[in-house]
Amino acid sequence: MSATGNGTLNLRLRVWRQDGPGDAGRFETYDVGGISSDASFLEMLDVLNERLTLEGREPITFESDCREGICGTCGLMINGRAHGPQKGTATCQLHMREFSDGDLITVEPWRAGSFEVIRDLAVDRTALDRIIAAGGYISVNTGAAPDANLVPVPKEAAESAFDAAACIGCGACVAACPNSAAQLFTAAKVQHLNLLPQGQPERWARTEAMVETMEQFFGSCTNHGECEEACPKEISIDFIAWTNRDYVRAKLKNRKLAGQR
Amino acid sequence: MIGSLDARLPEGPLEDAWTDHKFALRLVNPNNKRRFTVIVVGTGLAGASAAASLGELGYRVKAFTYHDSPRRAHSIAAQGGINAAKNYKNDGDSVFRLFYDTIKGGDYRSREANVYRLAETSLAIIDQCVAAGVPFAREYGGLLDNRSFGGAQVSRTFYARGQTGQQLLLGAYSALMRQVAAGTVDLHTRAEMLDLVVADGRAAGIVVRDLLSGEVTAHAGDAVILATGGYSNVYFLSTNAKMCNVTAAWRAHRRGALFANPCYTQIHPTCIPAGDDFQSKLTLMSESLRNDGRIWVPRAFDDTRAAADIPEAERDYYLEEKYAAFGNLVPRDVASRNAKAVVDAGRGVGSLRNGVYLDFSDVLARDGAEVVRAKYGNLFDMYARITGEDPYRVPMRIYPAVHYTMGGLWVDYNLMSNVPGLFVAGEANFSDHGANRLGASALMQGLADGYFIVPYTVGDYLAGHLGKEGPGTAHPAFADTVSEVNDRTARWTAARGSRTVDWFHRELGRMVWDHCGMSRNAAGLQKALAEIPALRQEFHADVCVPGSAATLNQSLEKAGRVDDFFELAELLARDALEREESCGGHFREEHQDAEGEARRDDERFTHVAAWEWAGPDDGPIRHREELEFSAVTPTTRSYK
Amino acid sequence: MRRELPWPLNLYQSAVGKKWVMALTGLALLGFVLVHMLGNLHLYDGPWETHEYAETLRDLGTEVIPRTWVLWGLRIGLIAAFGLHIHSAYSLTRMSRSADRRYAGGRDYIAANYASRTMRWTGPLVGLFVVYHLADLTWGHFNPDYIRGDPYHNVVASLSNLPVAIWYIVANVALAVHIYHGAWSMFQSLGINSPRWNPLRRRLAQAFATVILVGNLSFPILVQAGVIDDGGRSVVRERLEQADHAAGQTPGPTGGML
Repeated sequence: MSATGNGTLNLRLRVWRQDGPGDAGRFETYDVGGISSDASFLEMLDVLNERLTLEGREPITFESDCREGICGTCGLMINGRAHGPQKGTATCQLHMREFSDGDLITVEPWRAGSFEVIRDLAVDRTALDRIIAAGGYISVNTGAAPDANLVPVPKEAAESAFDAAACIGCGACVAACPNSAAQLFTAAKVQHLNLLPQGQPERWARTEAMVETMEQFFGSCTNHGECEEACPKEISIDFIAWTNRDYVRAKLKNRKLAGQR
Repeated sequence: MIGSLDARLPEGPLEDAWTDHKFALRLVNPNNKRRFTVIVVGTGLAGASAAASLGELGYRVKAFTYHDSPRRAHSIAAQGGINAAKNYKNDGDSVFRLFYDTIKGGDYRSREANVYRLAETSLAIIDQCVAAGVPFAREYGGLLDNRSFGGAQVSRTFYARGQTGQQLLLGAYSALMRQVAAGTVDLHTRAEMLDLVVADGRAAGIVVRDLLSGEVTAHAGDAVILATGGYSNVYFLSTNAKMCNVTAAWRAHRRGALFANPCYTQIHPTCIPAGDDFQSKLTLMSESLRNDGRIWVPRAFDDTRAAADIPEAERDYYLEEKYAAFGNLVPRDVASRNAKAVVDAGRGVGSLRNGVYLDFSDVLARDGAEVVRAKYGNLFDMYARITGEDPYRVPMRIYPAVHYTMGGLWVDYNLMSNVPGLFVAGEANFSDHGANRLGASALMQGLADGYFIVPYTVGDYLAGHLGKEGPGTAHPAFADTVSEVNDRTARWTAARGSRTVDWFHRELGRMVWDHCGMSRNAAGLQKALAEIPALRQEFHADVCVPGSAATLNQSLEKAGRVDDFFELAELLARDALEREESCGGHFREEHQDAEGEARRDDERFTHVAAWEWAGPDDGPIRHREELEFSAVTPTTRSYK
Repeated sequence: MRRELPWPLNLYQSAVGKKWVMALTGLALLGFVLVHMLGNLHLYDGPWETHEYAETLRDLGTEVIPRTWVLWGLRIGLIAAFGLHIHSAYSLTRMSRSADRRYAGGRDYIAANYASRTMRWTGPLVGLFVVYHLADLTWGHFNPDYIRGDPYHNVVASLSNLPVAIWYIVANVALAVHIYHGAWSMFQSLGINSPRWNPLRRRLAQAFATVILVGNLSFPILVQAGVIDDGGRSVVRERLEQADHAAGQTPGPTGGML
């Protein structure tokens, strides 16, 4: 057995409750006892919700789905950190062994101007989808693709593109950013496609459209690096630098050819 | 009520069947396409690729997902890879070999024509995904890398680290968002389909609940495509995401669509066992771990010593002893059943005695920690994060968990159900995997259906309805269906019993796992058939659903889903009881040979069981679609 | 949507473009700060050498264009860089303020350091200081002993006043903190990023900030310590008067040197 496992914890939770987008919201405090240190953080909230339900109170709304750190649905600010104290993991991968008996844990929703609180700990992240819709794709209709091995992709490019593409769209980068900027999310998608040969034809248009859509919803990057620390996939802020460069090039570059107005 | 099932299988040699069939399918003129509305429910691999492809073709598409974004569908969690018969490795792969392996892997319980088409389409899928920017693993020359997966003798699996499902889904999602931006797809997020509208004998639309406002609305379409995934969560604990459910498919079933082979469920042998009673889901770890890990349990019953304290002589490497040739690499179902046997016998390990050891000490001693880290580092880290144990020092604990369901709504060769205009794609249909699915084939099927099959066959259906567009929401069937949905919702919000929805779901899951899990027998199944309806009655009488229907209410969402799981569970048990043979993921203890190997009964059961809903009070009606094999001859497998 | 400006001004309409401008102007200002600090080291050579250095600056480019034109060109460039630096900072701050929401339960910082989080304080502080600094040593306000054309004397006169010295020290610490984050951040904003030398960027910023800090702080400290001192005399004026006297001219206003 592990050194830390199989203990039980008694905790006090300070959880943000908010009935709807219009409600002012407030913290409520709950004592939760007998939690296994092997339980996940979300399972601890499940236990609390079961109790609240049986007491005739409304359970805490929080979102989660895959509970293995890949779908990006979950996301809580735990003790002031996006996805909690453990590095490189989503909230659903956080286990109670990271906490000690008697801890006071503050749980808050992601906060950003364009992440409206829907209810309790659930927020609206559709602005991220808007950024993708602006250009986060390669325009290839179904059936129009050439053979997959026609264009070789250098291994380094494929690996780097993958590092960027690992983004799960959870929004932790925005939540952790003191400016509520979505630079890491946007840069990850831009660079995933810009690094690949397939992504070259639309490279400049994509970068311009996605960055400018991002700026309609989110703040501006001041290179704190909080996003990289919060990112459950540990995506590097190098991608932000590369996207900044691509954006300026996209703006300054002459993209029209002879005879085009 | 339903006559013989016509699967509309193509005639002639398999090699040309799909090409000939595509030529025979009717086309819709580009100007007419925009007159048709196609509803797509679910935005996983199958749904997103279908919606994007239909949008590109010019149809008006309405796509629905209960997630906040299409990118969150559970396809995203697939780890291993996607098969394609590219033969890039020059190791003798071919479309026919992939077809053959899939038929054999499905234990001869799938249609030859469908499976051949799947193998054929696999080629175009890889092309499409690469063009869309999926960052598949590459070799140093820049060409695509492949690996052998799930015991296949050829290397035909394309992969993107351990996140192939994620990368493929993001590819399909980006294609979908491109169409959303282009205005051809109208995307409805946080909208859960709660019923199918059938009017004038055809699928005419759906009823959805807006999960934020609670508003229930009807949407009319000329065709409806369900791509709503599988039903593993009937077991409560499975590797599926928490929200995965059967409601869309089940509601369609109650409206007349046949449900085929519900008893074909797949168990994955290498999952992390539950850590406590509050465990909410199980996490799968790649099967590749079995390449180097040795599986064992203590010989003694209720042995509480730590693994390191158990001497070699007191360890039972049961797979190596029993299956000399394959050892720890026996197929999923064999490994799973043997694990269950030792745990049931009281020789399980871990504080809950619910797992078996997967021990890497030999390979660690032989190759060193660095070699092991290079191969399995991610998996070891994941394991350590979840369990708090270091697998470099202590053996892993594993146990099987439900992972995938081969059964689903019955469809013909065009992927249309017996309800005209209702198409079913991906895991939600039953079509391609027979009684068991090969590793790395789920992603292949989802994309084949969505990118390359449904867009053609929906066109054929719609071509027949030119000038006879769907009846529209004015048809009384829409109002009736909406009011039925509202009644159901009202019933839940009035429920103020003494138990939570999750409690009932957990209990139901335990019942289904115990009696219709990886090993089944008549007595257990009969017990399940008695217990499930009783628990369901208790659920109706004693469940507590707090809050109102006019806001985001997760308890309410779960109540409706669990209610449908109850009905499905009963059908699953009934199907398992009626199928008196062992095949693929369905193992009947009465049907095994002296060595515990599954015994098929080709004489009596070379058919698809397609169940018809006959109302809440009458038992379902079992229809048969006979399966014929012309290209392959059913054989019995052996791993000794 | 606002109207799009003509190319290439449209770049400045986006936040990434503004950051780019901020980084480029920051680079120019870094150059100025470095040269300014190095030039000030002439204080250690003595009053006359300091004076000659100032004259050299005014003489730049006299072979081709009239005296002080190059200096004025540099000044105008600096003012423009300063203005753009401030304007971009101001509008990006406004953008982020409107996009951001506070955490009611507080938040924890992991990567963000004191320097990065105080850019919006150190920036205005340095800006205020620059205005004061010009008023003090270029225009001669706040300084009753100001002598036009004798920078050494003026520096000593100002910095021997303890509150002024403290103010210089505080402002230069703020400047160094601002540079510590700004010089690193500049690489990111300009997209100068390569795994080969990424670790260097942070060290470069640290080294730069340290050099500027040590150099700039040495002046008030050493004036206070009496190492830099002219005993209230103006060595430059005395020498010029002597020279004028020797040439038999009447002493003219020293301001003519400007």
